[in-house]
Amino acid sequence: MTSITDYREIAPKGTVDFISRMAERAKGRRFLHVSATRYGGGVAEILQRMGPMLSELGVEASWEVITGNPLFYRTTKALQQALQGTEQVITDEMFEAYQTVNRDNARRLPLEADLVLVHDPQPAALVEHRGAGGRWVWRCHVDVSTPQRRVWSFLRRFVVRYDAAVFSLPRFAPTLPIPLYLVYPSIDPLADKNRRLSRQEVDATLDRLGVPRDKPLLLQVSPFDRAQDPIGVINAFRLVRRHNDCRLVLAGSGAVDDPEGTALLAEVRDAAGRDPDIQVLELPPEAHLEINALQRAATVVLQKAVREGFPLTVAEGMWKGKPVIGGASAGITAQIIHDVTGYIVHSPEGAAFWLRYLLNNPEASSRLGGAGREHVRRNFLITRHLADYLTLLTRLVR
Amino acid sequence: MNPFVFVGCVELREILGQRAEDEKELADLLAQVPPGSVYYHTHGFFLRSRVFASTYTNDFAAWVVGEVRDPVLGEKLAMVDPFEFRDLEALREELVSVIDHHLSRQRAVPRIAVGQPFDFLQSHVIELPVGLSAETLTEFRDALGQVDASAIYFHLFEARVRQGRLENDFSNWLRRDLGLGDLADRVRRINPYVGSLERVRSRLLTLVDEALEEVR
Repeated sequence: MTSITDYREIAPKGTVDFISRMAERAKGRRFLHVSATRYGGGVAEILQRMGPMLSELGVEASWEVITGNPLFYRTTKALQQALQGTEQVITDEMFEAYQTVNRDNARRLPLEADLVLVHDPQPAALVEHRGAGGRWVWRCHVDVSTPQRRVWSFLRRFVVRYDAAVFSLPRFAPTLPIPLYLVYPSIDPLADKNRRLSRQEVDATLDRLGVPRDKPLLLQVSPFDRAQDPIGVINAFRLVRRHNDCRLVLAGSGAVDDPEGTALLAEVRDAAGRDPDIQVLELPPEAHLEINALQRAATVVLQKAVREGFPLTVAEGMWKGKPVIGGASAGITAQIIHDVTGYIVHSPEGAAFWLRYLLNNPEASSRLGGAGREHVRRNFLITRHLADYLTLLTRLVR
Repeated sequence: MNPFVFVGCVELREILGQRAEDEKELADLLAQVPPGSVYYHTHGFFLRSRVFASTYTNDFAAWVVGEVRDPVLGEKLAMVDPFEFRDLEALREELVSVIDHHLSRQRAVPRIAVGQPFDFLQSHVIELPVGLSAETLTEFRDALGQVDASAIYFHLFEARVRQGRLENDFSNWLRRDLGLGDLADRVRRINPYVGSLERVRSRLLTLVDEALEEVR
């Protein structure tokens, strides 16, 4: 079990002591997280660590997970897509199933706490059944700035019943009559995805994945999703390879049970053709060590997303001391300081330009990589996230 | 003599839902946002520059250079020193006037093409004693070396706005409680534009080390 003191040597100077002092003000407060899943995805990964750390600090932390039926899960998947701007068909029966499942969960789950933080749209309607005490905050991890109107109208009537909402970026927030706060997501430096690995562990993992280490490695880790522009990355790689011998690895998950992901994966494989220097790796969602090893072996990390989102693979790459080249979307520009920790690009040509520069100037890679690690240490580690949640608790529960 | 008690701070950032996509909108919104937002994007800028100092020392200047690609206005806004103004309203007035004056000399209003819009925020600063205090210059030096960087911000920058005077908490204590007028003057004159909070910490440590050396 990881302890808050294990972060003392990793977090910035004085941070752990500072967090402990903050927690003294929140000691004995009941802080409940409610989410849709206990495993898989960035939210669950952070909550698995956050709860025990809060408890260790004297906060009465708990985490409840809602359960539903197949119609509910189909509905929330469509709801999530619609809120992010992709037109969906959601029937009255589906809206009804959403409310029924939330009502059943509200009866079943212990929801009494001083601060209830409800994560994402799936359990958002629980707020209809809130008791008299406690403050309720909606923690939205997705971009709902350009939602499908009818779907947002449906969800909005629950959201306005919260005392506040928290978003990952100002751009993700719609207009609401409640206070809106900004909290960036974070990575856990001690989790398998980010912990220190020995050279032997990295080599063994790459051998198992069949990735040779014979030339500079360019890496993009992302779901097989058009928003991550994997074809653009292949095009950028081909421009670079005219003059620099290198290898590209596109690693990700998301193709299983997703017809769009499967189709895109086929397209990516087709674009890669028989090129021995392009490897497409389909990894299971729990392949944390594999991703860690790939990022540590990489010469440059790419995250050429063309749409919104807050891809933490950017912070993960920087934490491993790698220069990161990212697309010009808000979630990426919030993480990369251009020309300090990496480069922001607007096209495959832009990505190729900076890749070529970094491959030919290794000292620039070292400079950017070192700065990136320090930038993440101060802004994107779980310790900063913990401090943000304690601040929220202190401010909202007096 | 009172001991110096180090106080750090954290900020909870609030999204105001006001967004500018061109320099005219920036000026219009800047004229109406709460004073806390003017504070956040100017003084608060230093709290977020703990390691890497941006060339442009407030969010408005950084945005017009980085996102609107208008270095001329960026240079003008960067030279507005938030510590020179008696209050936030005077600072706001100056910033709006700089933008208006710049716009009066443009044929078209510069706007973002491929960059990100400017989102106005404000922060709620929560103060917290960090558990370190000092009664002598040596103890002060030791604590200064290990304290969370937010305490440097709090005592050096926040203090000026809080107290509405030129003296910061460090120089005030050195003068009043330790009787070290010369050192206090040097600390008071520290240029916040030397860079990040870590660089300010280094500068402070150097000044204190020099004073300790003189005593020895």
